[in-house]
Amino acid sequence: MNKNDELLKYSIPQLLRWRVSQTPDRPALREKDFGIWNAYTWKDYYDYVRKTGLGLKALGLGKDDTIAIISDNIPELLFVAIGGHSIGCISAGIYQTSMPDEIAQILGYLKVSAVFCDNQEQVDKVLEVRDKIPNVKKVIFEDPRGMRNYMSDEWFIDITDIYKLGDEENKKNPELFESLIDQGKPDDVCHLCLTSGTTGLPKGTMMTHKNYINMGVKITQVDPLEQTDEYVSFLPFAWIGEQMNSFGVAMATGITVNFPESVETAMTDLKEIGPHFMFGAPRIYETIRSEIWLKIDQSYWLNKLFYNYFIKVGLEAADYKMTGKSMPIGLKIKSWLGTQMVIRPLINQIGLLRLRRAYTGGAALGPELFTFYQAIGVNLKQIYGQTEITGIAYMHRDGDVRPDTVGKPLPGTECKISEDGEILSRSASVSPGYYDLPEKTEEALEGGWLHSGDAGIIDEHGHLIVIDRLSDVMHNNEGKMFSPMFLENSLKFSPYIKEAVIFGNKEDYVACLINIDPIVVGKWAEDRGVSYSTFMDLSSKDEVYELIMEQVEDVNSRAEKEHFKIKRFALLYKLLDVDDGELTKTGKIRRKFVQERYQNLYDSLYDEGVDEKEVEASFTYQDGQSTEVKTTIKFFTVKGV
Amino acid sequence: MAHLNVSDVTLSFGGLKALSNVDMKIEPGLITSIIGPNGAGKTSMLNCISGFYHPTQGSIFYKDKELTHASPHQVSNMGISRAFQNLELFSGLSVLDNLLLARHQNLKYSFFHAVWFLGKASRVEAENREYVEDVIDFMELEPYRKSLVGNLSYGLQKKVEVARALTLAPDILLLDEPMAGMNQEEKEDIVRFVMDIQKERQITVVLVEHDLGVVMDISDRIYVLDFGEVIGSGTPEEVASNPKVIEAYIGED
Repeated sequence: MNKNDELLKYSIPQLLRWRVSQTPDRPALREKDFGIWNAYTWKDYYDYVRKTGLGLKALGLGKDDTIAIISDNIPELLFVAIGGHSIGCISAGIYQTSMPDEIAQILGYLKVSAVFCDNQEQVDKVLEVRDKIPNVKKVIFEDPRGMRNYMSDEWFIDITDIYKLGDEENKKNPELFESLIDQGKPDDVCHLCLTSGTTGLPKGTMMTHKNYINMGVKITQVDPLEQTDEYVSFLPFAWIGEQMNSFGVAMATGITVNFPESVETAMTDLKEIGPHFMFGAPRIYETIRSEIWLKIDQSYWLNKLFYNYFIKVGLEAADYKMTGKSMPIGLKIKSWLGTQMVIRPLINQIGLLRLRRAYTGGAALGPELFTFYQAIGVNLKQIYGQTEITGIAYMHRDGDVRPDTVGKPLPGTECKISEDGEILSRSASVSPGYYDLPEKTEEALEGGWLHSGDAGIIDEHGHLIVIDRLSDVMHNNEGKMFSPMFLENSLKFSPYIKEAVIFGNKEDYVACLINIDPIVVGKWAEDRGVSYSTFMDLSSKDEVYELIMEQVEDVNSRAEKEHFKIKRFALLYKLLDVDDGELTKTGKIRRKFVQERYQNLYDSLYDEGVDEKEVEASFTYQDGQSTEVKTTIKFFTVKGV
Repeated sequence: MAHLNVSDVTLSFGGLKALSNVDMKIEPGLITSIIGPNGAGKTSMLNCISGFYHPTQGSIFYKDKELTHASPHQVSNMGISRAFQNLELFSGLSVLDNLLLARHQNLKYSFFHAVWFLGKASRVEAENREYVEDVIDFMELEPYRKSLVGNLSYGLQKKVEVARALTLAPDILLLDEPMAGMNQEEKEDIVRFVMDIQKERQITVVLVEHDLGVVMDISDRIYVLDFGEVIGSGTPEEVASNPKVIEAYIGED
């Protein structure tokens, strides 16, 4: 048992109180306001939580009442949430971008009694749907700007008035707050975290105190943090990642949580703080890389020269670092030189110099981005998990980072792959279920395991590789699983391939229809003196077939498993189009529709005797008219599959 | 009692009368707009108030002080500040520096204090920064604090221009076409700020604007100028139904 495992006996407010007894005067929260960073010590933090908690109680809130939070990240949000937890309330986060009707639906579903909004923008949304939310007794706001017309309405209350109420209550009965906190138990539900529902209304995942604290404890058993470490809070609070850090990690380790001045200034504030660890979705890391490129591009020639040389050295060295292999001495020296001369000053400009670890989760991050960050000395690691397991089930370990995997399970997390290939996990951080949705809960937690809905495999190093959503994977004739999207993305990695549709469900092998990229392939053809007229014409050139064959063979050579290899393909005579119903509005392939529409091509893909076929191509124009053209389509078999 | 009293003001350039016998009363706490076709004398009126021009005839009183012949800095010291149509900012300085510089008249400390940055100097500078930060917060300019003004978009520069006028802590704010050259979204943004300036900061606003829709929506009082003369005044409804105004804007049918 690790020494911080004892923290698991506390609820979040109890842990906060314990933290105050350990480090009362260290900064707990820091917020930039009017251009200055203002700190709240752990003691201040606790004082504000008490004021808010007792104030909420004075408003008539109590056990099992739900307080929704629609706010940018500000300290007051934590005061309301944890103040609420102290008196037995449950907090719930709603995304700031939600529309009024959506908010009304969520407030109704979660039976919310009070709403905390940071400013008039959010208040107005709640006001717009006031008739639909009779449960909501109070709307608490933080920024009084623009609220002048609402002051006379009892429905609204300024957070500072809640502090006053709380202080009065505390004067009357100084022991009350402590006794309320003592009533909390680690297994009580304290927060409802919305999970994005792909269909219909999001589900409210019930999270307990223990879920969060366990996560904070276990992460830091893998990657220890110091009390002096800094964290910048810029993820939306409604997302599990942010709660995990501010409820779990911060309380368990005593680090300082920094709140940016506004959403727009987050990147500048990051630079001022220089965090020691950060979490983010892939997009943030892409933004930071672009910023680095921009900075280099704007720099003078000597800097560019050094950067271009040393980034190559860095990329080479990154391969060794990620796998934990020892570097040749020459590379070591060059890499050290590059770090000192170029890389360190560069990442200091972005604010990442002190960063010991960065984590990415939520979606897949391109492997080349991974290597890039390792090359500039940022220890970027992939995490994998769901809201239902408080964010993280799998995580890379230092010196064992592989770009195509999501790492190994956290301590205390049991993981296995089910017979269907689904990733299952079990730990103290698994949520007790969904709010008011017993059937969905039963489905997700069947047999005591959390069902992720994702298909995955464990590789020979014990790392998990996430393939696709379970509902999207296919099985070949032998029942072996493969992911069409995974293969399509590998194909689309080639600049010459715009779109690819993979088939092979209940077939002997994988086959696909490919759309060439008209611009890139067009340019390629021009450069080689291949003349063509239309897309259809270009698609049927022998030279183009050879080009695409090379691409497919390249993808096959990198295939993880033998049955992932593409055996036959054809180039489609037209681009898949939203107007023809082949793609969804968001650009995803409507696989079933495409298969039905090109049934005769599909049949020939799975008839190895057919080399070419004459087809009637039909086009629908934007005005609804359609024409038919006769063309010949060739089918190719890839050798060695 | 009107806040700012313009009576019988005539402004001539040689034989050309830019303004003739203009009477205007700017009431405290309201948004008063001055509208009119091109060359009607709107900006000339603002120039007379802010001391860039001096009326050939007539008088301008602010409360009980006469500013008919006051110079621009005297007018500004009385609590009337102005945001210009053509931006008057230092494009090579940051937003923060531009705003701090605008408050130079509030920096009253001796050379000695300034050299050593002691006592009064550091205190006054800190107060100054605090005030400027308040304006930055109000105008939501936080992300651009350290950006050079010259690198900002036109819409943002306009916002900085308004912020610069606000840092002078005025009683009356003269806005000369703050929405000119902006797209719809930027206009809506500025309108919100103009209304907040009036309501939250209790500042009297005098607005010169071309966009009639905006003027009709947010003004409490409107003065219509044409060829240097006031041809109509009153609430937006009164002005909209005034036949002379309709004629000036649409022409006779």
